[in-house]
Amino acid sequence: MQDKLSIYVHLPFCVRKCLYCDFVSGVGNENTMGSYVNKLLDEIDSFIGDKDEKLKVDTIFFGGGTPSVLPAFMIDKILCKLKSVFAVDEDGEISIEVNPGTSDKEKLDAYRKMGINRLSIGLQSTWDEELRTLGRIHTYKEFLEVYKWAREAGFTNINVDLMSALPGQSKESYEETLMRVTALGPEHISAYSLIVEEGTPFGEMELNLPDEDTEREMYEMTRDILADAGYVRYEISNYAKAGYECRHNVGYWTGKEYLGFGVAAASYFQGKRWKNQDNRDAYLIKGAQREEEIVLSLEDKMSEFMFLGLRMSKGVSAKRFYEGFGKTPDSVFGEAIERHIKNGLLKEEGDALFLTSKGTDLANYVMSDFILDENNR
Amino acid sequence: MNQDKIRNFCIIAHIDHGKSTLADRIIEQTGLLTSREMQAQVLDNMDLERERGITIKSQAVRTVYKAKDGEEYIFNLIDTPGHVDFNYEVSRSLAACDGAILVVDAAQGIEAQTLANVYLALDHNLDVFPVINKIDLPSAEPQRVIDEIEDVIGLEAQDAPLISAKNGIGIEDVLEAIVHKVPAPAGDSGAPLQALIFDSLYDSYKGVIIFCRIMQGTVKKGTTIKMMATGACAEVVEVGYFGAGQFIACDNLSAGMVGYITASIKNVKDTAVGDTVTDAANPCAEPLPGYKKVRSMVYCGVYPADGAKYPDLRDALEKLQLNDAALNYEPETSIALGFGFRCGFLGLLHLEIIQERLEREYNLDLVTTAPGVIYKVHKTNGEVIELTNPSNLPDPAEIEYMEEPIVSAEIMVTTEFIGSIMELCQERRGRYLGMEYMEETRALLKYELPLNEIIYDFFDALKSRSRGYASFDYDLKGYEESALVKLDILINREEVDALSFIVHKDTAYERGRRMCEKLKDEIPRHLFEIPIQAAIGGKVIARETVKAMRKDVLAKCYGGDITRKKKLLEKQKEGKKRMRQVGNVEIPQQAFMSVLKLDDRK
Repeated sequence: MQDKLSIYVHLPFCVRKCLYCDFVSGVGNENTMGSYVNKLLDEIDSFIGDKDEKLKVDTIFFGGGTPSVLPAFMIDKILCKLKSVFAVDEDGEISIEVNPGTSDKEKLDAYRKMGINRLSIGLQSTWDEELRTLGRIHTYKEFLEVYKWAREAGFTNINVDLMSALPGQSKESYEETLMRVTALGPEHISAYSLIVEEGTPFGEMELNLPDEDTEREMYEMTRDILADAGYVRYEISNYAKAGYECRHNVGYWTGKEYLGFGVAAASYFQGKRWKNQDNRDAYLIKGAQREEEIVLSLEDKMSEFMFLGLRMSKGVSAKRFYEGFGKTPDSVFGEAIERHIKNGLLKEEGDALFLTSKGTDLANYVMSDFILDENNR
Repeated sequence: MNQDKIRNFCIIAHIDHGKSTLADRIIEQTGLLTSREMQAQVLDNMDLERERGITIKSQAVRTVYKAKDGEEYIFNLIDTPGHVDFNYEVSRSLAACDGAILVVDAAQGIEAQTLANVYLALDHNLDVFPVINKIDLPSAEPQRVIDEIEDVIGLEAQDAPLISAKNGIGIEDVLEAIVHKVPAPAGDSGAPLQALIFDSLYDSYKGVIIFCRIMQGTVKKGTTIKMMATGACAEVVEVGYFGAGQFIACDNLSAGMVGYITASIKNVKDTAVGDTVTDAANPCAEPLPGYKKVRSMVYCGVYPADGAKYPDLRDALEKLQLNDAALNYEPETSIALGFGFRCGFLGLLHLEIIQERLEREYNLDLVTTAPGVIYKVHKTNGEVIELTNPSNLPDPAEIEYMEEPIVSAEIMVTTEFIGSIMELCQERRGRYLGMEYMEETRALLKYELPLNEIIYDFFDALKSRSRGYASFDYDLKGYEESALVKLDILINREEVDALSFIVHKDTAYERGRRMCEKLKDEIPRHLFEIPIQAAIGGKVIARETVKAMRKDVLAKCYGGDITRKKKLLEKQKEGKKRMRQVGNVEIPQQAFMSVLKLDDRK
């Protein structure tokens, strides 16, 4: 039996773009949003699986941008369309990203009513000054309101996004942010270190970033405080209470198939990866156009199995690798595995191979050795 | 072909004064090519030249001009390189001409290379006539420049054509001036063959293509030719002349003509630029004067990034050497870099050009070591070694003394920058010889400078300290005794041979300190801390530390965009491949080269 699909829907609209953000998004009025949603519906409609039967879907994720900037009825329209084209599981995980500045009680109620069962709230910090520095449009107080409304609306699976290593952030302020949020007790916390990307306003600015040592201490603090509060780190930047791991994201790391709809959305389906064009205007005019479609070779798949799987705390399973490829990881990546076990970045326990704590800090350094190129194919 | 109707000439100019553009216009207006066929710069047919806007290799083109007197004239335009590194090639190109057009920028006037090139042309008994270019510039002062040419060079310039090569203004005047001011070639077509090689090119079908000027006699298919300096003989397969960008075969080449010869010559070293071609059966009495074996001034190690590409590098160098008589090389081995070659160049620009050509035309990734000069090491046992590779420096106990090459340098600079340029020369151990005012605002500074002080970033420093106004020319003067030491670089306490170099003891500390700083930036963090040290004879004089790596993780993964993440990892992996393993430290290849450009001013 074929695994079920995941679906990602990209909604590239914001009230204002945050200064660090390099996702495809921008401001837009309701007309533009309406046209965009129409193109989106077309794209979903025109998707044809290769079976008479509807494809089964067990997770849907509305990401952005700021999905909550759209009127709730538009989200509903998209969701209905998805349910008409795909067979969406009764107990499927349906998530939406919301910004506290664009959510109200009615919207949250509507989300819950239409079947969305997981909220991901972009908080980032509990300090208004830090939020202003990031160019966020909301305050901590607004977040608290939204969080309360979300619970009232019946959401029992809430993620809160946090960021460390922000300009002007101190260890103390970050610690306080962690304490406040864990006290609220969301089921899931995503905690990232700020990455200053080229092409964003932050990339051009002189930023008062914490020094390396502070940044590392914040990072360790995240791990320790969240662990104490009962959150298990199941992926490099993701922490959850038992049973609340984000199924949609886990899908990405475990080679599950997914379809992305909307501008810049990525898909992995039937051994191929592709991505829609990342120009919103072009999408508005022409609808979805696939770019960089890549048919994965066996080597690509083996590489991905490893470097994606290693993002997960439990790591990769040698047995699953063997089932998938008819080879053991050692026979393909023996040298890299041995070297990184020796230098303390990887660990083997029974069937599992996973990053050590130090290895997690240096994940890219390790993962890049699992890229297969022409020479070692 | 009637010799009276041939004009062999070249265009000389300071860099950027518009030589190539004028050449384009001449080719265009003589009707050999239509405007549509014209590429931006027809003569500079190597990509690299076009990008850098300079002319590297001499080339020639033949065009036909119908003059106002109703006669058709054959123009052989021979292009010459403009940079001081290529003086010898310039001189061979000039020797193939009878006249020269001197292009002077109507705004900038005479520059250092204008003078250097004019003198070189006059040395070859060429008739030189000036052309004032860029008269369309708002800052153009043609009359001032005309006066300057007459005062400084002593050339008649009042009737110089005033042109804008870029806009095609005044080109007809230039063409007429070529007819009237460039003398027709002399030479006897019946005499024994005597032809000057001014360039050559390797073609995989035709073998070596010799570019030559026939001074005496005639050459045609079937003639057995002999290269007088190298002694190589071969039977001529084809002769012809140069269309724009193509070779056009003809029956014979006779005295006064410029053209090419192919003779299935396979050995690239047989056709040295400057050599004389004669008829093996009926040789001329003497070779043409002026041939010299080109002497390299700057040496560095050139290694393939991928050790397996060593044979490719060898083949590429062999081929390049044909097109470049001034390049020489011999195999060497480095502990850090493996098998490679110690290559000799005319100067740093030459080095950079060869490096880029190897990378572009032969698709090679290279690592080059710090350039050095030839030092003379006098040993206590009386032996004298010519040292081109610092690693071969004998034990200090065996060294009586060392000598380094000194150049006489002339720097032309506008007066406001005299102070800063003198300071620069002082820092580079220059010996001040004198200063001449060329005119009120311009002076010629004369210095003696150690060659090894100018092969690094002297040009860059000169430019930046004069806002681009200074120009520079130098000649090797000779060798002088000097207090030199070998500076070694230790990475994680291991000496990296490819980073060693010879330096004057007074500047060793500064150089060592800057090397360490630069390497600290270039060497990526490892799982452990890496000390970087500069040492002289085992004594550490500078140290930096590359901290251990603590974080290298992509926290966020973009909504399922695995391809993006994979590209990042691929790039990182590619980076790892471009590393050289020294002990247990991986050094990026870039590091070996970045230390060549130690920024002068912070």
